[in-house]
Amino acid sequence: MAKAAVKKAAPAASPSVERRPALAGRNVSATGVKVEELPPAERMSLRAPEPSVAALSKALGLTLPKKPKTSVSKAGRTALWLGPDEWLVIDEAGNDPLADCAKVAALHSAVCISHRNIAISVMGPAAEAAINSGCPQDLSLDAFPVGAASRTILGKAEIVLLRTAADAFRVECWRSFSDYVFTFLSEGARDAAG
Amino acid sequence: MSSAFRIPSAGRLSQVRTARFSFDGQSYTGIEGDTLASALLANGVHLVGRSFKYHRPRGVLSAGAEEPNALVQIVRDDARKTPNVRATVQELYDGLAANSQNRWPSLSFDVGAVNDLASPLFSAGFYYKTFMWPKAAWKSLYEPKIREAAGLGVSPDKPDPDHYSSRYAHCDVLVLGGGAAGIAAALAAAETGVRVILADEQAEFGGSLRFESGAKIDGQGGFAWAQAAIAKLSAMDNVRVLSRTTAFGYYAQNFVGLVERVSDHLKAPGHDLPRERLWQVRAKCVVLASGAIERHMVFANNDRPGIMLAGAARTFLNHYGVAVGRNVGVYTANDSAYAAAIDLKKAGVNVAAIVDLRDNPTGPVIDEARALGIEINFGRAVIRAGGKLRVSSMTVQPKNGGGERTIPVDAILMSAGWTPSVHLFSQSRGKVAFNDETKRFVPGTYAQDCVSVGACNGTDGLSATVDEAYAAGAKAARDAGGKTAKGTKPKVDGSENWSRGMLGAAPGAGPDTTVKAFVDFQNDVTAKDIRQAVHEGMRSIEHVKRFTTNGMATDQGKTSNMHGLAIAAETLGKPIPEVGLTTFRAPYTPVTFGAIVSHARGPLFDPTRKTAIHPWAEAQGAVFEDVGQWKRAWYFPKAGEDMHAAVDRECVAVRTNAGLFDASTLGKIEVVGPDAAKFMELLYTNPWEKLEPGRCRYGIMLREDGFIYDDGVVGRLAPDRFHVTTTTGGAPRVMNHMEDYLQTEFPHLNVWLTSITEQWAVIAVQGPKSRDIIAPLVEGIDMSDEALPHMSVREGKICGVPTRLFRMSFTGERGFEVNVPADYGQAVWEALWAEGQKHGATAYGTEAMHVLRAEKGYIIVGQDTDGTVTPNDAGLDWAVGKKKADFVGIRGLTRPDLVAKGRKQLVGLKTKDPKVVLEEGAQIVEDPKQAIPMKMIGHVTSSYWSQNCGRSIALALVAGGRDRMGDTLYVPMPNGVIEVEVTGMVFFDETGGRLNG
Amino acid sequence: MLLIRCPYCEEERPELEFRNAGEAHIARSANMAGESDDDFEKFFFIRSNPKGIIYERWRHMHGCARFFNAVRDTVTDKFIMTYKAGEPKPSKLPKNSNEVVAK
Repeated sequence: MAKAAVKKAAPAASPSVERRPALAGRNVSATGVKVEELPPAERMSLRAPEPSVAALSKALGLTLPKKPKTSVSKAGRTALWLGPDEWLVIDEAGNDPLADCAKVAALHSAVCISHRNIAISVMGPAAEAAINSGCPQDLSLDAFPVGAASRTILGKAEIVLLRTAADAFRVECWRSFSDYVFTFLSEGARDAAG
Repeated sequence: MSSAFRIPSAGRLSQVRTARFSFDGQSYTGIEGDTLASALLANGVHLVGRSFKYHRPRGVLSAGAEEPNALVQIVRDDARKTPNVRATVQELYDGLAANSQNRWPSLSFDVGAVNDLASPLFSAGFYYKTFMWPKAAWKSLYEPKIREAAGLGVSPDKPDPDHYSSRYAHCDVLVLGGGAAGIAAALAAAETGVRVILADEQAEFGGSLRFESGAKIDGQGGFAWAQAAIAKLSAMDNVRVLSRTTAFGYYAQNFVGLVERVSDHLKAPGHDLPRERLWQVRAKCVVLASGAIERHMVFANNDRPGIMLAGAARTFLNHYGVAVGRNVGVYTANDSAYAAAIDLKKAGVNVAAIVDLRDNPTGPVIDEARALGIEINFGRAVIRAGGKLRVSSMTVQPKNGGGERTIPVDAILMSAGWTPSVHLFSQSRGKVAFNDETKRFVPGTYAQDCVSVGACNGTDGLSATVDEAYAAGAKAARDAGGKTAKGTKPKVDGSENWSRGMLGAAPGAGPDTTVKAFVDFQNDVTAKDIRQAVHEGMRSIEHVKRFTTNGMATDQGKTSNMHGLAIAAETLGKPIPEVGLTTFRAPYTPVTFGAIVSHARGPLFDPTRKTAIHPWAEAQGAVFEDVGQWKRAWYFPKAGEDMHAAVDRECVAVRTNAGLFDASTLGKIEVVGPDAAKFMELLYTNPWEKLEPGRCRYGIMLREDGFIYDDGVVGRLAPDRFHVTTTTGGAPRVMNHMEDYLQTEFPHLNVWLTSITEQWAVIAVQGPKSRDIIAPLVEGIDMSDEALPHMSVREGKICGVPTRLFRMSFTGERGFEVNVPADYGQAVWEALWAEGQKHGATAYGTEAMHVLRAEKGYIIVGQDTDGTVTPNDAGLDWAVGKKKADFVGIRGLTRPDLVAKGRKQLVGLKTKDPKVVLEEGAQIVEDPKQAIPMKMIGHVTSSYWSQNCGRSIALALVAGGRDRMGDTLYVPMPNGVIEVEVTGMVFFDETGGRLNG
Repeated sequence: MLLIRCPYCEEERPELEFRNAGEAHIARSANMAGESDDDFEKFFFIRSNPKGIIYERWRHMHGCARFFNAVRDTVTDKFIMTYKAGEPKPSKLPKNSNEVVAK
């Protein structure tokens, strides 16, 4: 069913034009926390009913998480549970998850959103405090352990938050919100450092 | 050291670290750790302000946040002038500059004090009585004058240069108040390993341990114990200790707002430090340890500078090392003022006399005072204070009347007892209960998971307080899942006890008197005012409060509420609990707008969304307009061009050669699944099942009531995949609307929605040369009219990157919309631009886009429609599938009013004078000579100068518009009536031939 | 700021992530086009606006994005329970555990 997806998502063999990510190269360091833009990645919004999950997991090479606020990572590919039938799949190893899903006959929707999102890394002992400057969720390790993932709010923007280590988070947001989110996190970092 | 009232042997401040400051231009020296109040008192300055209404001279009443009198303006620089700062809270820093408020020309000689002489005119409720007539005078005279006189201090007139931050925090146990109770509770909770936050409004923890010289815990002085305990707590990973932090609001589900004053006490705050930090804390359990506030005695002239709360005088002595006078009198109705007298006497200050309303009290403090040789008068009242700018005497009389005796004093310490601080408990929606025996309101019924401990719970005595608080802290931690504590409860070795007291007016200020015995200092409310309010018919305490303004000032009646209530109850002849307490509301103390706004200012006020192509437009000198949160290129002026000239040029260029337009902000939704077409059938008026993959259709979305909600071109990429576009502003709500129906009304459909607005940058290439510009860059797509006719879509590559190439037009010209992954947007735009330069293409902005579409009569939802327009009204009936059994809005469309004759319909308007451009929003009438108010039959929705048509064009909603073709109508404007002709909506290329031109 | 339990995320989350979506259990007719004027009026315009218990829809907009139903007391603003979209209106409400507890 996902023929169209394959075609449009296949990485361009030879783009003759330059890719210019938003925020390219931006970073801010404060005592105890560093905020920086992460390199582009392959991203897919995956939607599927329960009976399709096993087949899709197999195709993707990782077990799609079924528990709320969790994620599963394997070989540079991470699947974040965003909703009961929704996953954000991020591949940082350069492999296209859409191509993998295209082979699956089971009911699903796979849409390429590689360029829709921008990822920002917030890292350091004060990372949690920096994000809590605008995110109302409890980000303690008990409530939001390593691997926890959730769509939520940062100030007035929607983000997807993934905890990659005790003191490291990946913040994903839509491209046009990235300046706002980056600036907010920078202010949060400055305050968390103080 | 010129501070005459500093006692080097007393207090805890290091005498070495001095700080210079000024008050009303006069220089003084204080000590680091002082508050502005303690530093002024150390210099013998008691007169610090003028009261709000009567401009009476006022001094420092308290040593804390409850202060009603000592409000000053702190001036850091031109932009930092903070009014209404409580001198008892403001910490001293070297170079601090403060000014008194509400006085002119000077604090000691204030012209406004004439109000005091004229006070009979300003009795309770005078606003409501005085300014009633003549009616016309309200707007011209009374209101401006009242506004001029209102308020204390001067608000800053420059943007706030400081920054403020905020933090969400979660904990198991939140302890509010850092006195003995709060610290004990925090220790008990912290030892179990749960997450604890402990906050106190003071710079140093300890609460009343700051002045209670008799307190001994774990073998040390109370204050020393508190500091050791705080050091221990601060070192624990699971504890956050916040000083200078006020819990100002207690909201639902244990959500508490706190403001931390981060840098107001610093001489030169670092650039990275916020001025204040807002903490929004969610706690599993809240321990309220907010203590108690001492009440003053209500007697004549009890507001003279030098008259203060006994506990405050003790704090100034025992913490700051400041004697509040050399010859002090004491007026009390409980034991606690004795301790103040004893401490002062021991520090070498003469205590002229203690006047105690009680008849024959006994107890250790009374014995000790007597042993120190202090004169004690039982059963007597202070009936008046002498002096004006500073108290000079107290006149004493037996409380049941008799001979008067005047005793010279330079300060009076007073205590009517202590009021438990139930503010936060009350804000949590807990119900207070009146304890008849101790005459105080204490927490009664709880509404949230919180517990009150210590003085705010009506618990008397340090030992009982620590026991209660420690147990409560341990229980709160246990309930939150803490492990069994191995800690030990602090042991109280020495304690003071100061319960009881009196409420209401003291003898000498009773109902038969007219003296100025103040209940509420800040709002100048006297005992007489309260009685008068009752006499004038106020029965509810809420009415008495509003009529007299008792408790309505910035201190929110912290010292006055209980006295006011008691006087009202007495006058009403009712017991206090029957009269009831006014509701405590947030904030506990004033909160700055800065803290509330926190990060949300400047670039973080709201997200500013920019497209991938934005940098190019910016470099070209485009002028941008705001469309929702987006910045969109409005027009691209060349040197010397105004907006008009630029838009004319852009419009002509598109129809002559070609134009490039950044359409990236259009909402885009990918609808995927085997039931995608079924879903589209339900959400849009149009039929979709038969739309071939590779083809597009203009879709209309309705609300259930039949009115147009959104529109856009939809491409079918595959049988199970649609690429839907929405209006720029409508994108989020259309997505929400579609998700709503999918999840809740049509959950049986196998289809999913994904927002792809930001995945794709969209470059519209429009105009006769558009294909010539695009074709050389495209791979894998046959660009011929046969292979790619108008309203079709193909996937392929452009400049080597994937594209969804739409052949569509919002200009009426041959046109394309090139979708490319957003990060490639600018580079592909530049490549197209370079090709375009060979063909005379221009970049055009949203204004030209609007003009071009209006020339073709294409509507813009939200401009030509307003939520009351049906497809038929807009002339779009053709887009409604007549054979469909269901779609959202199908039933709304047949409502009687929606099919009635005479509905407003969208038509074109041409002004009789082609040079005249109508104003959008202008009203339309049939007969301009009719009497006002005229009958308006419609309004202009879109209006432009069209260079391509060589005249103005307009769209309008007009009642029965399509039956009026050729009619003349009128648009009355301030400068005259404009004649217009009703026309069709298409002004340019009526046959549509240019779509393939 | 309220805490709202999302039945899909199976935990309480801050109100900022949610959006109210009006009264619940107002079913759209399977034969919409055939509805009478009166029935359409009831369906589209009339809402109960009770003082007390209300059944309403919420969306965990900035969370799992699911619509769900909630029972809330409009007097105390307290949520009594939440349940998934499509589940029937609860015939019996749990005892309001948030009710005023004497201590």
